[in-house]
Amino acid sequence: MSALAVERLTKSFGKHVVLRGVDLEVAEHEVVALIGASGSGKSTLLRCINLLEAIDEGRIFLADREITGARDVNAVRRRIGIVFQSFNLFPHMNVMRNVTLAPRDVLGLSKAEAETRAVELLDRFGLADKRLEYPDRLSGGQQQRVAIVRALAMRPELMLLDEVTSALDPELVAEVLQVIGELAQGGMTMVLATHEMSFARDIANRVCFLDEGRILEVGTPDEIFTNPKEPRTQQFLERIIKARRL
Amino acid sequence: MAIALGSTAVFFVVVAVAITHAPGWPEVRRQFFDWGEFKATFPEVARAFLLNVKIFCIAEVLILVFALVLAVLRSLPGPVFFPLRALAIVYADLFRGIPTILVIAMLGFGAPALGLSYIPKSVIFWGIVSLVLIYSAYVSEVYRAGIDSIHPSQEAAARSLGLSRGQTLRRVILPQAVRRVIPPLLNDFIGLQKDTALVGTLGAIEAFQQSQIDTNATFNFTAYLSAAVLFVAITIPLARFTDWLVLRDRRRRVAGGTT
Repeated sequence: MSALAVERLTKSFGKHVVLRGVDLEVAEHEVVALIGASGSGKSTLLRCINLLEAIDEGRIFLADREITGARDVNAVRRRIGIVFQSFNLFPHMNVMRNVTLAPRDVLGLSKAEAETRAVELLDRFGLADKRLEYPDRLSGGQQQRVAIVRALAMRPELMLLDEVTSALDPELVAEVLQVIGELAQGGMTMVLATHEMSFARDIANRVCFLDEGRILEVGTPDEIFTNPKEPRTQQFLERIIKARRL
Repeated sequence: MAIALGSTAVFFVVVAVAITHAPGWPEVRRQFFDWGEFKATFPEVARAFLLNVKIFCIAEVLILVFALVLAVLRSLPGPVFFPLRALAIVYADLFRGIPTILVIAMLGFGAPALGLSYIPKSVIFWGIVSLVLIYSAYVSEVYRAGIDSIHPSQEAAARSLGLSRGQTLRRVILPQAVRRVIPPLLNDFIGLQKDTALVGTLGAIEAFQQSQIDTNATFNFTAYLSAAVLFVAITIPLARFTDWLVLRDRRRRVAGGTT
């Protein structure tokens, strides 16, 4: 059984075509990294999977059941966690409220149940003392970890991570990557768009190189990073190496 | 601070001297600033002013609710809701366009004249309805500005967690939007406090109407002063409170403190 399958997905914004027939299959407990230049369609692909963007053509399956055209998008979304580049915590709620909002309002958990679940996750990711803080009192790294906890509190079967370290100061990147590493070890199925090539190499089972809305090359991290077949992939990685990001 | 106080004092002394040396001043003083008249009319006008306060309080609550409904209607996305959006836009255009006193006159004299047994005939009722209709048009625009100021990523975050559109609005968008627009909201309510006097044109004995009755009886205009003092007494604290909120908000944003 595949956790996620995307078939011939196309998406355009007006005249601008962002995804031109993307095929992707993700097995349970697999971690797939999406790499590629800005504007190659990584973020859009993740947003389409979560039904945040309406797709033009193609089909998406979650645990072998089609979710494209789902009547209840909320029911689909609660099974998929997404973490954004810009954290997007709710600024008017403290950490605890941020994390318990959806479990209470969407899953119908009681306050006590939701808080037990939240406390457990916050403790696990070193945020135990931040429960009552408001987002603007937290560092970027802490905010992003809260955002990850907020998504995990829904117990999703799939996590989508959209360049979750791109908005962070360099010294804060490690703490967030560590959390994601722990999730991967725990067997969480994940699709992550990232610019952190060495991280993708360490954590991913498979790496997809996106170029102009297509998955141009798929392989194990070794295949992609040491032996890229496509000239475009080679060019991209050379540029990354020159910028000392690998 | 000392300079500010000094220049303010000088300014008022100059104005006071200019007015008190005007050729018509003795007459104006007798007509508008008669202490005896003031003492005689103030209690009556103050009693009538309670009606202004009542009108204001009832209208305010209704406006807060009705305007929010209008603003939400106008923020609904998609072609399905186009008729509702269009209706809300026409409404806002219409009631911001017609002078308040006209709406009050048309509804206050027109609606009871219909002679329908099932609608109230009280001019106070129709005065309140008019104020609610007009101010809701303004306040809904204020709310809408607040809703528009919330970044779309907040909605994306909420929807991605499985919250419905309604839950997202109620839990995430509106709490942030309303907080942002409290100062301009209060500003509109300062206007509303003053405009309660227009209900007097329908014959309701509120502060302005009462002072008019007093002036007509005595041919002395000091009763107007009584009414003015009362209005100022409640609008000034609200204005200062609004200023304070704005200042606090700005300080917080600069300091990056808690929301």
